[in-house]
Amino acid sequence: MSCTNLGTPEQEEQLRAVTASLKGTPGAIMPAMQKAQGIYGYLPFAVQKLIADDLGVPLEEIYGIATFYSQFALVPKGKNRIGVCMGTACYVKGSAQVLEALETNLKIKTGETTPDGLFTIDATRCLGCCGLAPVLSVNEHVYGKVTAEKIPEILNNYRN
Amino acid sequence: MENVKMINLKINSLPVSVPEGTTVLDAAKSIGITIPTLCYMRKVNEIGACRVCVVEVKGARNLVASCVFPVAENMEVSTATERVLKARRTTVELMLSDHDNQCLSCMRSTNCELQKLAHDLNCDQHKYDGAVNDYKKDTSSPYLVRDNNKCILCRRCVAVCSKVQDVAVIGANARGFKTHIGCAFGRDIFDVPCIACGQCITVCPTGALTEKDDIDIVRAAIGDPQKTVIAGTAPATRIGLSEEFGLPAGTNVEGKLVSALRLLGFDKVFDINATADLTIMEEGTELLHRIKTNGALPMFTSCSPGWVKYVETFYPEFIKNISTCKSPQAMFGATIKTYYAEKCGLDPANLFTVGVMPCTSKKFERLRDDMSANGKQPDMDAVLSVREIARMIKRAGIDFVNLPDGKYDAPLGVASGAGFIFGATGGVMEAALRTVVETLEGKPLEKLDFKAVRGMKGIKEATVTAGGRKISVCAASGIANAKAVLEDIKSGKAHYDFVEVMTCPGGCVNGGGQPVRNAEKLNFMDIAETRAKPIYAGDAKNKIRKSHENPVVKALYEEYFQYPNSHRAHEVLHTTYAARKKYKDI
Repeated sequence: MSCTNLGTPEQEEQLRAVTASLKGTPGAIMPAMQKAQGIYGYLPFAVQKLIADDLGVPLEEIYGIATFYSQFALVPKGKNRIGVCMGTACYVKGSAQVLEALETNLKIKTGETTPDGLFTIDATRCLGCCGLAPVLSVNEHVYGKVTAEKIPEILNNYRN
Repeated sequence: MENVKMINLKINSLPVSVPEGTTVLDAAKSIGITIPTLCYMRKVNEIGACRVCVVEVKGARNLVASCVFPVAENMEVSTATERVLKARRTTVELMLSDHDNQCLSCMRSTNCELQKLAHDLNCDQHKYDGAVNDYKKDTSSPYLVRDNNKCILCRRCVAVCSKVQDVAVIGANARGFKTHIGCAFGRDIFDVPCIACGQCITVCPTGALTEKDDIDIVRAAIGDPQKTVIAGTAPATRIGLSEEFGLPAGTNVEGKLVSALRLLGFDKVFDINATADLTIMEEGTELLHRIKTNGALPMFTSCSPGWVKYVETFYPEFIKNISTCKSPQAMFGATIKTYYAEKCGLDPANLFTVGVMPCTSKKFERLRDDMSANGKQPDMDAVLSVREIARMIKRAGIDFVNLPDGKYDAPLGVASGAGFIFGATGGVMEAALRTVVETLEGKPLEKLDFKAVRGMKGIKEATVTAGGRKISVCAASGIANAKAVLEDIKSGKAHYDFVEVMTCPGGCVNGGGQPVRNAEKLNFMDIAETRAKPIYAGDAKNKIRKSHENPVVKALYEEYFQYPNSHRAHEVLHTTYAARKKYKDI
């Protein structure tokens, strides 16, 4: 019987292999969670529960970590992950307006994913290219000197 | 002890000499200086996080957290300089900046550690007005309420849940300003494998964790002329209650409690110590039967509902080992709604039974399946913790401290010392041994004290010989200790015939329904031991010290139950258990 909660049989097999290889290792929780996030793209209840049971740690401990670090997601991320830099330089150069334009355009809030699964917006820490402020990243690509007006054009690169 | 190195230091210019490894907090306490603490719980939560206990150490760049900072030779400590007091004040003011400061209508007002600190430090509540979190109250369970708007993130509840109880259903979620204490996936407490022990409530310094208040239900029943409202008091309540009225911890206020309950309008006031005796008859007989018939051993006690829920949830393979006996509270309710109703010609539908309990899990137990002896009404209609009873008494304007000593009503008004010691860890075991050993030996027991199972150690073992057979017993309190015992049994490392488990460390004297434990009670006294003392003293001076010699119990069998473990006893006084899912949906 395939368990839909744990994704495809391949995903479940991969996850079980991860926890089996880490069981008994000190400090196994973070690596297990990172690998699970790699397999599923996010950490749903069933995945966290399996990690908790297999590693013998409380579910709440896993969940606490998952909600502490922004690298972990509790809901599936979109196909294209937009990160708007909220670092000091970008912020003073207007990244808040950029973020607002994105939210308006995509009709979602920061941290959310569009219903079609195409975009997720995240507010990020400094991306390390303050000279181009304000910057945003889409997946691995970085856009510099972004303005609210440029948003529709940038998004169109990822539609269709 | 002879090799302990002594460290000499000065605290507020006074010379102090303490053993190496002592914290500055304890060194100060040894010369009569109490440094305030908030997050600190000795051996349980030593995280030095809240910064309320900071002190100045000469030569140190920053103020240090005295709760975790060890003394050093020639150290010079100042505990109350302007710099120290200012830092503490700022720390508390920052806590107040994101705190629902509704002290006037807070259950914990006048009994709140944050309130006291704010007052002592002369804090300005509005110093840092700004963004405030707005959390939904968790009222999902029948035993506790979490109001995170009053939480200061000290993590005392988290520590007790994970380290002392090993249940770990609460923890810190999210990050920064949004950090809050909660359950996995933001679930309600009743939707995670919480065992309802209430230890989190008793260590909470503020009003963030409180019991589900059932005073109104009870008051409504008292006000209903149709209802005969019957109180039953658990062994440890008469001890803990004293602290709510400013009396020294460890004062037995049994007589005042009885008088207060009458003044509150209860029609009958009975003693659950008597049904604790009944429990011993049933449980002792069950143990002998299990031994004789090669039944499931070890047999586990079943009087602590948090423990029962723990086994059902985490170790369902041991369900067959739990005694089928209902707890003394449930036996009380069951006896009232059957035997007592018949005897007095009362309609059980008009009887309203109220447990006065040192426990929050009893609020959960009341609602379990198979807790209705007559099949129509629940055995227990309401359960009040010691804290709720104290509030009721205060609200009614009763001068508790000056009340005359009342006597319990008949028939459930006489109890043995064995029934009384149920209130402390090892007490059920000792009470059972008095009856079981005497039964097996077939002659009166000479030594009634089983000291090996007394005291506040988390796990106590003993072997007694009776009737030519060795009986190996264990008493554990605190679920982390119980878990260790279960694992030892599972691995074959330990072999017992009978195991007593009390969910709360130290037993019911330290139950989740007892008065809250502030920093002083948590860190500078063994409150469980203090509260247990008068229980053993009461046992020692009781003329009846064995459950089977309690005339009330004898009459119950003669008039109604016939003999222990009879068919009728099974129907009324025993129950069933079932494996529980940790999470409803998975």
